Amino acid sequence: MADVTVRLWRGDVTGGSFHEYHVALEEGMVVLDVLHRIQAIHANDLALRWNCKAGKCGSCSAEVNGHPRLTCMTRMNIFTPGETITVAPMKTFPIIKDLVTDVSFNFQVAKKIPAFQPRPPDAPDGSWRMMQEDIDRVQEFRKCIECFLCQNVCHVIRDHEGKKQHFAGPRFFVRLAELEMHPLDTGTRTGLVKEFAGIGLCNITKCCTEVCPEHIRITDNAIIPLKERVVDEHYDPVVWLLRKVLGKR
Amino acid sequence: MADEKYETHEYDMIVIGAGGAGLRAAIEASAQGVRTALICKSLLGKAHTVMAEGGIAAALGNVYPEDNWQVHFRDTMRGGKMLNNWRMAQLHAQEAPARVVELEAWGALFDRTKDGRILQRDFGGHRYARLAHVGDRTGLEMIRALQQHAVHKGIDVFMECTIVRLLKDGDRIAGAFGYWRDSGRFVVFTAKAVVLATGGIGKAWKINSNSWECTGDGVTLALDGGAELIDMECQQFHPTGMVWPPSVCGILVTEGVRGDGGTLKNALGERFMFRYIPEFFRAETAETEEEADRWYTDKKNNRRTPDLLPRDEVARAINAEVKAGRGSPHGGVFLDIASRRDPETIKRRLPSMYHQFKELADVDITKEMMEVGPTSHYMNGGVRVDADTAATCVPGLFAAGEVAGGLHGANRLGGNSLSDLVVFGRRAGLYAAEYVKSIPVSLTVDAGQFGAIARECLEPFERSGDENPYTVHRDLQECMQSLVGIIRNEGELKKALEELAVLRERRGRVRVDGNRQYNPGWHLAMDLHSLLMVAEAVARAALERKESRGAHTREDYPRMDATFGRVNMVVRRVGDAISVSQEPLPQMPDDLKRLFEERK
Repeated sequence: MADVTVRLWRGDVTGGSFHEYHVALEEGMVVLDVLHRIQAIHANDLALRWNCKAGKCGSCSAEVNGHPRLTCMTRMNIFTPGETITVAPMKTFPIIKDLVTDVSFNFQVAKKIPAFQPRPPDAPDGSWRMMQEDIDRVQEFRKCIECFLCQNVCHVIRDHEGKKQHFAGPRFFVRLAELEMHPLDTGTRTGLVKEFAGIGLCNITKCCTEVCPEHIRITDNAIIPLKERVVDEHYDPVVWLLRKVLGKR
Repeated sequence: MADEKYETHEYDMIVIGAGGAGLRAAIEASAQGVRTALICKSLLGKAHTVMAEGGIAAALGNVYPEDNWQVHFRDTMRGGKMLNNWRMAQLHAQEAPARVVELEAWGALFDRTKDGRILQRDFGGHRYARLAHVGDRTGLEMIRALQQHAVHKGIDVFMECTIVRLLKDGDRIAGAFGYWRDSGRFVVFTAKAVVLATGGIGKAWKINSNSWECTGDGVTLALDGGAELIDMECQQFHPTGMVWPPSVCGILVTEGVRGDGGTLKNALGERFMFRYIPEFFRAETAETEEEADRWYTDKKNNRRTPDLLPRDEVARAINAEVKAGRGSPHGGVFLDIASRRDPETIKRRLPSMYHQFKELADVDITKEMMEVGPTSHYMNGGVRVDADTAATCVPGLFAAGEVAGGLHGANRLGGNSLSDLVVFGRRAGLYAAEYVKSIPVSLTVDAGQFGAIARECLEPFERSGDENPYTVHRDLQECMQSLVGIIRNEGELKKALEELAVLRERRGRVRVDGNRQYNPGWHLAMDLHSLLMVAEAVARAALERKESRGAHTREDYPRMDATFGRVNMVVRRVGDAISVSQEPLPQMPDDLKRLFEERK
């Protein structure tokens, strides 16, 4: 098969630029294979993250020809023969080196989300009874592999550094929706969804849904239902009046 | 380098590795009130556990009430060709159900039965449908539940940090020395106990299902620190990895495909597994295709399909079919679920297999057969530990999960790995915490040694050598693949040892470019130490076991030999050399022995 020319961003926090590499292609190769070949032959110190190479761990996220993707699931045969491929790190997160970015923001947000709080077990052995149809939706959310591509494309995070303090991002709306809709969970998080997670800042452009390699319907199934719950709890005039009358929060 | 300041963190205990076992150990130790740090080579949640697909084995009895720990224990021992540590197999079978239920208490959500309990699926070597699962992404579910629970418990996690040496105070473990991947700077952890939970050694073979992390670090830390290994010759080759296209060769295809009705076929369309039923499993295996197909829905009146024989048997059978010229176009065999289950069922039960083949191989598994072949998958052996406490022979050093040996004997049954992680992860955390509390004095580490360790790590930058770390790694993988693979013989094993000696010498000439900041070439240069050490341990143990048992197959000694069935191959480091000695297996008590005399 033909060679491919790759324009690869290389650099660190002090700056960087695109470097060109020529790599021999074999049938079936994905972008990550090309990067590994560059690493093994041309640039031993090329920094990148990967683990499973099968779309299950979400480590190898990057921007390929400007599109946020898992490099392990991006086949080379989707490109026109002879086309130069551009690979750059995720733009939203601070650079560490080459394709490796500082994604610690996501781990900090994860810490702030209150834990799962199950109701008491249904059976003496400590187990619960749940119907499959009641957990299908939550299982969709739990498919998330934490590749952070949704966080990367979310324009609230991408374009407004200052808002990160008040905005959890799509990955964590999925997590919050999962907890909210978990049949066993007894916690209430709508206040958190509104204040700390800042769901009001999302104007449902669906960029996150489009890039999700697990095809989680982030906007339709997680974000919009959460927005509705926030509205019901915090802005519904009937609920507001009842709260006033009954003195409940 | 001598004046480099060494960043130091003080803990009661550290856990190295944040897959299922490491997370569960840290959760337990932290619950015991011991200050615990969790250290991992990758980001949190990316450990190899995430790739486990089919399920977690536990005799919950939700689908077959006849199931219980004794049956699971018996299946595990027979699957391991009786080389297992019986006590580990007993504890594992007894405690797995509670560990599975506990995962749901921490937020995991397994697929359900019609009455709302945890659903269980069929897998190789298990008498009853026993694997709790979430489609074919069970590992992700498990690691996420454990990760989220650990985070909420406030456990300190040090990500992208690699440990290169254990530190001691006299004979006792006193900490560990490592480096940050991002900055390349060194870091010291002081601790009274260390739990190794570093996973396997798959990266020593060319065709493997493992991530970059599985370089045998824990095995080597243990050997370097004075601990022992057992059963290293029994590296598991999973029968079904992808074989085409070349770039995905080795990526795992879950046994769940066969558990859910898929069958293996050769180029002639024959269900060849019926020709490979060993005497050991004949009484419990279906002899006709009709009986095998009936078994999926009626286990009382039919025997199990040979497609679900233990992994060692299936891997050897595939190897034999390919050698006989009846393989698939790309050197594997066919795995057919398309003709046996409807597309909706396949997509619901095996979503990530559907996705994986569609995206990576242009194969629609609801319409076409998959091509599969054996792939180096799992270390059945590992660090020798006490069954109850997960303690090694080095005071303060514990090991759990894949890095520990004993539970699986000569061959692991599918599904017994995820349960191993949580059963023995918990035990390691619990007993390491107890050990920490039993040591009132504070330990000291000799800071004088840090400079020497650091210099050794940095050598590849200073050398004038001409070797590329990636090339040395590739040649090591070729050597292990061709000479220490599924079928072995004395001549090839001896040749492998000669080649490994050359590779060790080449490693001494490895030179890396660039600086210390996030430099994978440098990281690999250091990992080569572990890879070469485990490769030699496997080859030497394989040479010593002059029989075929479980995952260890010798064409020059093709049968099981009762004499070897009574011993473990124990590997130690003596100076710079690796020694292997035969030591008797622990003896099973009579009440458990009786489980093997009853119904065949």
